[in-house]
Amino acid sequence: MTTTVFATVGYAESWWIQILKSLIIFIVGFSLVPVALMMDRKLLGRFQNRRGPNRVGPYGALQPMADIFKLITKEQFRPRTSTGFLFALAPAISVLTASATFAIIPFGNVVDIFGAKVGLYGIDVSIGILFAFAFSAISFYGLMLGGWASGSRYSFLGAMRSAAQLISYEVSMGLSLLGVIMTAGTLSLTGIVTAQGGMWYFIPQLCGFIIFMTASFAETNRPPFDLPEADAELVGGYNTEYGGGRFASYYAAEYFNMVIVSALAATMFFGGWLMPFGIHPPSWVDPFVVLGKTIIVMGFFVWIRATLPRLRYDQLMSLGWKVLLPLATLNALVTAILVVVTH
Amino acid sequence: MAPWNPGDDAIVVQRAPEPGGAAGFYRAFGETLRGLKTTFGAVVEGTHTYNYPEEKVPVYPRFRGRHKLHRFEDSQLEKCVGCSLCAAACPADCIRVVAAENDPEHRVSAGERYAAVYEINLSRCIFCGYCEVACPFDAITMGHDYEMSDYNRADLVFTKEMLLAEPLERTPLRTETE
Repeated sequence: MTTTVFATVGYAESWWIQILKSLIIFIVGFSLVPVALMMDRKLLGRFQNRRGPNRVGPYGALQPMADIFKLITKEQFRPRTSTGFLFALAPAISVLTASATFAIIPFGNVVDIFGAKVGLYGIDVSIGILFAFAFSAISFYGLMLGGWASGSRYSFLGAMRSAAQLISYEVSMGLSLLGVIMTAGTLSLTGIVTAQGGMWYFIPQLCGFIIFMTASFAETNRPPFDLPEADAELVGGYNTEYGGGRFASYYAAEYFNMVIVSALAATMFFGGWLMPFGIHPPSWVDPFVVLGKTIIVMGFFVWIRATLPRLRYDQLMSLGWKVLLPLATLNALVTAILVVVTH
Repeated sequence: MAPWNPGDDAIVVQRAPEPGGAAGFYRAFGETLRGLKTTFGAVVEGTHTYNYPEEKVPVYPRFRGRHKLHRFEDSQLEKCVGCSLCAAACPADCIRVVAAENDPEHRVSAGERYAAVYEINLSRCIFCGYCEVACPFDAITMGHDYEMSDYNRADLVFTKEMLLAEPLERTPLRTETE
């Protein structure tokens, strides 16, 4: 008789620790959203010789709060042709899946807090990265339902564009991580981080890293792959009919996804909570190391946004299917051969 | 059937060599890196913006801002003699002058007459500077003040007293080297 092992934990966490740490992780994750928003606008300004928003609060630090407050105090409205229930549900799905994915990001190893063993992550699932991909697959429903339930042609076409783009790039994103998974020999994210003790994976897996980053720009609808929005060309994509708090939810989910993808990149390729050059700080520093790395990767997202112009739709598709997918497959194949040969 | 021959009409278009292999990789990757370098250069370069309400953009000496009426420095008499040439020259028809005879006991201007009413409707003014050119006594000139927005249209009609007074905040003037 076989038993299915969902998560292998060598210790038991009491229920209140689990609730407490999930709350903390959720709060930290969600407060990274305004940080991402602010970084996006401030850094983008610097990249364009501007200062960015600097009116609200010190150095404009309260600007995202003002934006969010403005959006959530606006009237909730929906088109007469929309399906009310789904129209309200869709942005919630986007936010929910984004915050669920954040649960597996490891901020540190198992530590002793007042005698209780606590893992500094929401949950260490043995299927690790597959969990993230499962939720990012569900998050398509947020966009698709939102566009479809709006009962508007623009939204519907925008949703179709988004779905086509996200599905195309999900494939190469998954394949690009295969090399990392094979080298580490585990799917668990904490396992992958501890396996990077010798060398961070962005050096041996440089090809995979580049593919992962390219695909994650597309996955998070960031420029140069922001075709679902394409604010200079289209009416607005899947969120055309949204306004107020629901639009804010979509917006927050988008930035949350950017945070998550940055955190994933930091975990998979930049050694998570590990420090370079053999520095071993005390374990309370680990979460800050992860946050710092995440913010650096987020800065790279903004840098790319400031640099590259938006792709044409056919270029987007041919890059995804003709360049990234074969490259990712080749990367996985070569890694597999090397792993077999060297072991 | 022989393949169609376009003959001499065919134009051969000059094309750059098709990228392939290493060249294609360079185009995709090297050029992206070059772009990243360019944008990072902008960060190093710093900002080129003025924090407007705190820092004002300096104007050139010949900048045509809000009008000023002038007095003679020694006698403090108004230079304007109420001839209405400025009003005649104004293409936007925004100047209104009503002239009156000077009282020899209490002279207002140096000439025979003076402007009893002198109004410029700044919401109509196009800042062309023709009034300045038309004035035979250099009584009206264009100043450097450019902050003239207001909440009421009526407040934009500047009277003689307002035009004679110095602006509250001086607009910075560009130095020679700027």
